[in-house]
Amino acid sequence: MELRFTPEEIAFRDDLRRFFREKIPAGIRQKVAEGRHLGKDDIVTSQRILNEAGLATPNWPVAWGGKDWSAVQRYIYTEELQRAAVPLPLQFNVFMVGPVIAAFGSEEQKRRFLPATANLDIWWCQGFSEPGAGSDLASLKTRAEKKDGKYIVSGQKAWTTLGQHADWIFCLVRTDREAKKQKGISFLLIDMKSPGITVRPVITIDGAHEVNEVFFDEVEVPAENLVGEENKGWDYAKFLLANERTGIARIGLSKQRLARAKRLARETEAGGRTLWEDTDFRRRVAEIEVGLKALEITQMRVVANQRHRHADKPDPASSILKIRGSELQQATTELLLEVAGPYSLPAPDHEQPEGWNEPAVSPEWADAAAPLYFNYRKVSIYGGSNEIQRNIIAKAFLGL
Amino acid sequence: MTEEQRLLKESIDRFAADNARDPGAHSAPGAAQDGAALWSGFAELGLLALPFSEEDGGIGGGPVETMIVMEAIGRGLITAPYLSTVVLGGGFLRLGGTEAQRQEFIPQIADGSLKLAFAQLERQSRYDLHDVSTTARRDGSDYVLDGRKGVVLGGDEAGLLVVTARTAGSRRDEGGITLFLVDGDTPGVTRRGMPAQDGSRVAEIALDGVRVPAERVLGEVDGGLRLASHVVDVALAALCADSLGAMEELQRLTVDYLKTRQQFGVAIGSFQALQHRAADMLVAVEQARSMAMYAAMMAEEADPRERRPAIAAAKAQVNRSGRQVGQEAVQLHGGIAMTWEYKAGHYFKRLTSNDVLFGDTDHHLRAVMEAGGLVEEI
Repeated sequence: MELRFTPEEIAFRDDLRRFFREKIPAGIRQKVAEGRHLGKDDIVTSQRILNEAGLATPNWPVAWGGKDWSAVQRYIYTEELQRAAVPLPLQFNVFMVGPVIAAFGSEEQKRRFLPATANLDIWWCQGFSEPGAGSDLASLKTRAEKKDGKYIVSGQKAWTTLGQHADWIFCLVRTDREAKKQKGISFLLIDMKSPGITVRPVITIDGAHEVNEVFFDEVEVPAENLVGEENKGWDYAKFLLANERTGIARIGLSKQRLARAKRLARETEAGGRTLWEDTDFRRRVAEIEVGLKALEITQMRVVANQRHRHADKPDPASSILKIRGSELQQATTELLLEVAGPYSLPAPDHEQPEGWNEPAVSPEWADAAAPLYFNYRKVSIYGGSNEIQRNIIAKAFLGL
Repeated sequence: MTEEQRLLKESIDRFAADNARDPGAHSAPGAAQDGAALWSGFAELGLLALPFSEEDGGIGGGPVETMIVMEAIGRGLITAPYLSTVVLGGGFLRLGGTEAQRQEFIPQIADGSLKLAFAQLERQSRYDLHDVSTTARRDGSDYVLDGRKGVVLGGDEAGLLVVTARTAGSRRDEGGITLFLVDGDTPGVTRRGMPAQDGSRVAEIALDGVRVPAERVLGEVDGGLRLASHVVDVALAALCADSLGAMEELQRLTVDYLKTRQQFGVAIGSFQALQHRAADMLVAVEQARSMAMYAAMMAEEADPRERRPAIAAAKAQVNRSGRQVGQEAVQLHGGIAMTWEYKAGHYFKRLTSNDVLFGDTDHHLRAVMEAGGLVEEI
């Protein structure tokens, strides 16, 4: 396997690097770099710039705006997006529902949804988890009963990320209560403006409104909003989750955070010198860097192997990427918290008394460190918790 | 992997499996593997000629080929002096030897008649290649060497020693170090061989007034450190592959054991507490594999600013994975892995020995730190 980039690949990388720096507004990238929550407008603006250049949906089929890129080019693209602190294209649109519609949807659904999904004219959210169906997703209870050419949907979805912005939700719903649990599930597209839908915010420990509960009370959904076949939804969900996992290591993001922690450590005084001169600190940095390099090469191995695999079958190696990727993402947010130190204590967006003109004692970036650290505990829980990933490895790799 | 590399891998894997060492089954503590037959097997397969250029009588393999061989050697727990003779000794000749030196020695390595050893470690030097107190004094057309070297891999059977000695400067100076090719039977060379923890043999070597002709200087006078550092990096990449092979086999043994060992009426592998630990072992092995590949990719890089942090990072990761895999394998096996008779404990010992060869985790993390790290600042 060739782990070094060819001159063509380096040129490809440099073009992307330049485009991201020049075209995506610096203010948006600054927020991403500091790990602050983005507004809806930031995400829409950024994705439309990418989409106009054909860079929002490279993973889609070429006929629907995708790119015929090699695995290495796709890898470079994701790396550079994260490295330049460009908001990732909305994952619910680009990595989840878009590929599912492209692969299993009707021609009518493709025409209706795919261009609008790419351009973020439609904002999608994900209706999978429920209060009683977390790691055991297939035990979901939200039901859809067919009546007069419509589905009547009742139930509750949980952890609906950015559902407050969403125009549409793609849901796993139970259409056959008699069948074995994976067999009676269907994949349904639901307009969030439908009567009977209620969205309730869930504020997370970082004080942010990122996730929601979504309640369905006899919501009418036209039958043509079913994707693929009835009761085959679990297969489509597995296809979708496999897509999700290939990008889950987020190595570019961790590198960007680590690079930032190094720069800030040089600017931060500690013990009469800079924090960067503290060998205990630098050793922690080195340990994370070694872990990141090992994961980066593991990711490239997985990418190289994907060419020889069926696209609809997840590579069990993606469980390794999920475990180590989430651990290292958490390690980098922990490192930034350590750099911020006592200056991480004030909560962000605190009010300024009128007429207060004193220079701030705490550095401006420091109040984002703790919320980011708190928020990133999620990454070892979502997308199949790290314990579920270990179950997958034990079963699929080791045959235990 | 190319087709040629795949063929090489098939043949070395078969050879290593046929010659896999099982210390508990075949020998008492302290006995070394029967080396002569094994070594001629290596020669017949062309493995002793592998890394040398075709002009020098070799096969022209690169670090990926060496990785394939070392991984198989580690998997088979083989103790033949491949690292000391072909990788280290051969590496010095390849990267620093004059044409005359290459022509004299490489054919003898390739046909299996000459073994080499790198005599570098001293009482005070630990992991610092530049900490050298052995002296070489110019006397006419000769140099005269005096000093003591220890833990010389394959040192008791090597016909030719590569010795670091100080020709200028003081003990810890980076300049002033010169490398010498010393015939093992030169008057003044005495050695004491001893078994090592991993089943191989090492030696202490005393150099008392050893006369070495000037044409046996390897590389630059006073400038030997750069070459030694490169060759040691090549050896570190090979060691990473050896550890990887040992980890693969230890992982396999452990998972097999989890499937067969019954307690409470079921296979212990059905317990989730053990499954997750076995899964974490696999994660550790795969991170080590990635870094062993990275090390192979970077080993021949001539610029030390590129090569050093990469190799150091690889060894740090492989050491860390090796600790975890070794300790967990013993724990998951339970008491059986504490016995000399069963193989698992010997793999654990192999990994522990590789860990402290040419730098432990702390040493290599420090090298990564001192290079400013691996992630470039934005």
